[in-house]
Amino acid sequence: MSFDYLDELEAEAIYILREVAGQFEKPALLFSGGKDSITLVRLAEKAFRPGKFPFPLVHIDTGHNFVETIEYRDDMIKRIGEKLIIGHVQDSIDEGKVVEQKGKNASRNALQTVTLLDTIAKYQFDACIGGARRDEEKARAKERIFSVRDEFGQWDPKRQRPELWNIFNGKIHKGENVRVFPISNWTELDVWNYIRREKITLPSIYFAHERDCITRNGQLMAASPFLNMDEEDVIERKNVRFRTVGDMTCTAAVESYAYQIDDIIDEISASKISERGARMDDKVSEAAMEDRKKGGYF
Amino acid sequence: MDILKFITAGSVDDGKSTLIGRLLYDSDSILADQLEALQTSNRKNDDGSIDLAILTDGLKAEREQGITIDVAYKYFQTEKRKFIIADTPGHIQYTRNMVTGASNANLAIILIDARKGVIEQTIRHSFLVSLLGIQQVVVCINKMDMVDFSEASYQQIVAAYQELALKVGLKNVHYIPVSALKGDNIVHNSLNMSWYKGESLLPFLETIEISVDDSKDQARFPVQWVVRPQTEELHDYRGYAGRVSSGSFKVNDKITVLPSGFTSTISLIEQFENQPNEALAGMSVTIHLKDEIDISRGDILANSAFLPHVSKHIGADLCWMDTRQLDTSLTYFIQHNSKVTRCKIQEVLYKVNINTLEKEYTEEFKLNDIGRVVIKTAEPLAFDLYQDNKANGGAIIIDSRNNLTIAALMFRSVAD
Repeated sequence: MSFDYLDELEAEAIYILREVAGQFEKPALLFSGGKDSITLVRLAEKAFRPGKFPFPLVHIDTGHNFVETIEYRDDMIKRIGEKLIIGHVQDSIDEGKVVEQKGKNASRNALQTVTLLDTIAKYQFDACIGGARRDEEKARAKERIFSVRDEFGQWDPKRQRPELWNIFNGKIHKGENVRVFPISNWTELDVWNYIRREKITLPSIYFAHERDCITRNGQLMAASPFLNMDEEDVIERKNVRFRTVGDMTCTAAVESYAYQIDDIIDEISASKISERGARMDDKVSEAAMEDRKKGGYF
Repeated sequence: MDILKFITAGSVDDGKSTLIGRLLYDSDSILADQLEALQTSNRKNDDGSIDLAILTDGLKAEREQGITIDVAYKYFQTEKRKFIIADTPGHIQYTRNMVTGASNANLAIILIDARKGVIEQTIRHSFLVSLLGIQQVVVCINKMDMVDFSEASYQQIVAAYQELALKVGLKNVHYIPVSALKGDNIVHNSLNMSWYKGESLLPFLETIEISVDDSKDQARFPVQWVVRPQTEELHDYRGYAGRVSSGSFKVNDKITVLPSGFTSTISLIEQFENQPNEALAGMSVTIHLKDEIDISRGDILANSAFLPHVSKHIGADLCWMDTRQLDTSLTYFIQHNSKVTRCKIQEVLYKVNINTLEKEYTEEFKLNDIGRVVIKTAEPLAFDLYQDNKANGGAIIIDSRNNLTIAALMFRSVAD
């Protein structure tokens, strides 16, 4: 029987998901509609079927999502028959907890941290499973698989628990929660190879399509009502796809003719821009991700 | 294709980060935007070339101080293998980080500065690699450019290291002379050291064999979760979900549930929609038994013909990882695979001075101290000795006051 690296990564992720089920009272799976969290759903099916998932899916909806993502999410929930909880950033804005950013580069991406923390508090989640990977960014390269957050949702890189062998310490005090990253050890290419092997369907925006775009700070952005545009912004029809699925205002497109998953894998293998390079939110400073993580961002 | 997990032991001064940076850089594992970030950074080598060490420095605090304070994981891939590097700091105050990185490694790279030879930190790193039972060791004698690529210097260090390896009980040791800064013998063979006939580091890492023990005498399956759908159609379904930690299980194998001692026979192995006849080490599966017995998370299934030890008294090597020192009067939590119970460290037998390897007889156990203790647990553990079976021979200690992981344990003897 052959047991290759995808089998090994899959077995590890399933092991981690089952540890969450075994160690926590009220876990949740944070679902963004992106390929990494879609992969997590597949892994959860493998970990718990024919039983139900021992956790609901939670989507923090900025209200600025791609339509395709929301359609995909709703179809998927129907197919798997699991519970979905939606936290709306719009609610946080209406309640006056956050203020909408102004200006040309305004995005709701930063605001979702507050909605996430409120949703965690409201449902008293003690563990939140996420699809972050260590190869995405250098601050993530140092994060544990079980990553404890204090009651303010903060990550303290200097107080991380040592993680030895396959033993995960999920003990926490009331009010704290643990972020759990089952695919920490996967790379972007591993995720794509797994999606291909498992024949997992994805939101259509991952594949090449025609779209109205504008160029901003050297990046292609989808033209949308959510993006503050002015007369300097020139709308061009481009053949593009998205490498990550986030808020429409901060997720850049890449020009691409990759219509099939095989094309995408070829494209990534040859690519010289890493995945987070297509995220405007990391470009602010060299320590951008580390600062956001400390503040409770996923 | 498989995955090789390795650690790099050495300090910044030995060029460790440069070595990792070089592996990534020369194997084309750095992407354009990362390279751009590198080039715009204001840290450069003396000759103006890119400082490859930046690739492994993750946190703001570390960049400011130019040190590595934690374990950073790096990923790269060649046509032959996938690699996961646990990059850990080398200074003595980060011993716990190295122990953490080493716990999951199949291989260790030990870096020696060719100008300095075997020094105190080499002894420390080698001791830790041996303690954690890492299967393969490759000693990279670095900065060969600083000693004129001299074969005599290299041979002298190899001889000194062989003596050390014997002393700390390391087998499977390999030696490569390198210059991480210049790229000699990292990915490509060095033109400056034609006297070296062995492989360069990367080809070596691509081909070194890592053996996994799939024999049934090591069959251990810690139960993580019981799958009980309790629906009408699956009314009697009861599957034990977990990951085979070592060895292998087959349908019809007789198994014993520990610590209870109940026995049964495997009726079915499920892997989602597949029903394999066999579950090998590392596989996450769901096991069904012929008999209905009381099994829950924390129990271990083992092949009935090859049982682990079951005891509440265990002799173990301990690595202390907390700033608060060990207190033999306190009750701690111990976590061994999926099992959590309470424990006391009953007795400190000795501490090892990890720079000289001498035993010290003291009760004091502080941050980064390593030594032999006897523990007593509230409930019996079903364990193997770490030297026989790593996967079922290690545990962690958790402080019941603040929930921090404060120690690593490697079981060495049954202390009844």
